[in-house]
Amino acid sequence: MATELPQAPADRPAPRRLPVLQGGVTRRTTVKALGATLGLAAFARAIAPLTEWARDIPVDRFLQRHYRELTPEAMQTLLRQLEQETREQYGAEVHIEDVKPTPGVAFGYALNLSVCNGCRRCAEACHIENNHDRASQESYIRVLEMSKGSMDMERGRVDYAGPNPDPDKFYMPVQCQQCDDAPCVKVCPVEATWKESDGIVVVDYDWCIGCRYCEAACPYHARRFNWTKPQVPAAEVNPDQAYLSNRIRPQGVVEKCHFCLHRTRKGRLPACLEACPTGARVFGNLLDPDSEIRRVLADKRVYVLKEELGTRPRFFYFFDV
Amino acid sequence: MRLPFTNDPSRPRRRRLVLGALAAAGLVAAFGAGSWAAARAQAPTPAPDEAPAPAGTADHAGASGAEADRPRPGEVRRLAPAYVPRVDTGLVDRAGAPVLVSCGTCHATRPPDPGRCATDDAMAMHRGLVFAHGERSCLACHDPGDYDRLRLAHGEPVPFAEAPRLCAQCHGPQQRDWERGLHGGMNGFWDAARGGRERHACTSCHDPHAPAYPLVTPVFHPPDPLAGRGRPIPARGAEGGAHGH
Ligand code: HEC
Ligand code: HEC
Ligand code: HEC
Ligand code: HEC
Repeated sequence: MATELPQAPADRPAPRRLPVLQGGVTRRTTVKALGATLGLAAFARAIAPLTEWARDIPVDRFLQRHYRELTPEAMQTLLRQLEQETREQYGAEVHIEDVKPTPGVAFGYALNLSVCNGCRRCAEACHIENNHDRASQESYIRVLEMSKGSMDMERGRVDYAGPNPDPDKFYMPVQCQQCDDAPCVKVCPVEATWKESDGIVVVDYDWCIGCRYCEAACPYHARRFNWTKPQVPAAEVNPDQAYLSNRIRPQGVVEKCHFCLHRTRKGRLPACLEACPTGARVFGNLLDPDSEIRRVLADKRVYVLKEELGTRPRFFYFFDV
Repeated sequence: MRLPFTNDPSRPRRRRLVLGALAAAGLVAAFGAGSWAAARAQAPTPAPDEAPAPAGTADHAGASGAEADRPRPGEVRRLAPAYVPRVDTGLVDRAGAPVLVSCGTCHATRPPDPGRCATDDAMAMHRGLVFAHGERSCLACHDPGDYDRLRLAHGEPVPFAEAPRLCAQCHGPQQRDWERGLHGGMNGFWDAARGGRERHACTSCHDPHAPAYPLVTPVFHPPDPLAGRGRPIPARGAEGGAHGH
């Protein structure tokens, strides 16, 4: 099965691997290696999702190669297969693409906390755009109501009801910060999640084993686990999908915000930005000196969350002065 | 105002990825004055407690014609140059539609009277007009020589479609940010090479007569594992502090 993964681009350190895994990763060797390091009881619990759901995974999907090892032809076959599965399981005609990063593009996102009023339309747009499970109201965005004077997101509340804004509060939507030094990427035992050249941290849902280490490692609580098979009525399925973003995820895998790469890699703005009625969100190419995102970095005093952790987010917050 | 710690010296100024040259180069804004969009077009000001409808949230839902509304590559939407606001007379035509008339309909024959600006009659004549924007002096913005257009402080007339130029006189920082794409949002493409974008005029979001952004009721209440973390506080009443109306 899997052999050596492609080398990481030279401008960043190669992903650190568990020592036992050096020299190539397969899900099977990982499962063995983990068994050895964790002890049997802990291991059994860690792979519980696997044993429970393995039944539903087609055999060829389990034998499928890692995203970065798939040939373009194999990828096309796989995409058509996934479209077929969506048709059968959801009754929806969808188009799934494998959209690659564009050279010379590195995405950055900024959010004006003086303007955001906590209306949560971004979270709602994410829910719709990304084919989240309807019943659990999942969304990659969590909007926190914060007390003025503190940027400690752990003290934010999500269960506010308005009318908004409360004059004593400010509102901080939090989603994946697409860290340059991403803790989630480092802990993944099977390299099912990695950072792409445009800065987006992606997940191969077909490679993820559902161990949820990444979810625990993320300081921004940005990762979500699919406890159930997502339920989306056929009429509500967003047919504009990509392999690494909003295609309907299998049960038992982890997912997170991918800056709407099925849109942004084709030049469009993310769904959460377009949904924002206050204009608080600014998105663009960090490598283009005349982009709005660069203007934010030039004009405003920006903050990153939990800077002390050294995760180097590509998501910035600012206030109007 | 929500500026919790702009003066906190313990927080280092972060300007990663920024070149000195940018400050100058950036001033060549991608969209010049007057290049904003007609999200509002001829639509009325949003009712309080209701955020303006987000354009293009669920455009993939198809059918609705939303796709046709998208800006095409290279296009930047503007307010129609001939745009003038209209006043509801309270009458309805034979088909039952409200009769809307432009300012000139009544004012072409009335000499302008600054003294009437502050009268309640003046507010009543323009149905639904609420004024909460500094001093109530209508003629700081409306052109007494022609009520179908606006006027800058030095007397230069400005069509309604260029209202941001008017706002700029008193709100330089926001206008500059808006010009540079940092205030007021956008829709469409971040990559101008691949598509156009739609900008909102100031008046899409701010009623020129009561410009505070309206209070909103948040949508999409989350069932969230973090929900219990904060100390629960009772929901506030509808009166809502600083932005009260
Ligand atoms: C239905 C007729 C009507 C329309 C249409 C109308 N107005 Fe008026 N307006 C009046 C009347 C009548 C008064 C005087 C009220 C009073 O007696 O104090 C007035 C007063 C004013 C005043 C106070 C100063 C003055 O000259 O009396 C301003 C400014 C004004 N209108 C602006 C406008 C603008 C701008 C429009 C278009 C958007 C407009 N009006 C449309 C009837 C109208
Ligand atoms: C800050 C500048 C400003 C001031 C002050 C101002 N207006 Fe306006 N007014 C505008 C602009 C801009 C519009 C166009 C709004 C739009 O795009 O529809 C407008 C539109 C109107 C309209 C059309 C209906 C509506 O509500 O949009 C009326 C009537 C009107 N003004 C009357 C008045 C009167 C009467 C006063 C004084 C009490 C006044 N305005 C003061 C800027 C101003
Ligand atoms: C003649 C000067 C002047 C012009 C022109 C003007 N404004 Fe204002 N604006 C003010 C003043 C003064 C205040 C502060 C008012 C107060 O404290 O009640 C203000 C306040 C505001 C606020 C904050 C309101 C709040 O309560 O939070 C907004 C938003 C605003 N203006 C938007 C606009 C827009 C949009 C335009 C153009 C249509 C505009 N202004 C044109 C003078 C102006
Ligand atoms: C997409 C909607 C949107 C557009 C377009 C927009 N604004 Fe705003 N603006 C906001 C929001 C939301 C706030 C913050 C809410 C508040 O403080 O009332 C704000 C804040 C402001 C404030 C500061 C109010 C304060 O309390 O400090 C001013 C002044 C202002 N805007 C002027 C403008 C001007 C001038 C334009 C056009 C050049 C413009 N805005 C365009 C949404 C918008």
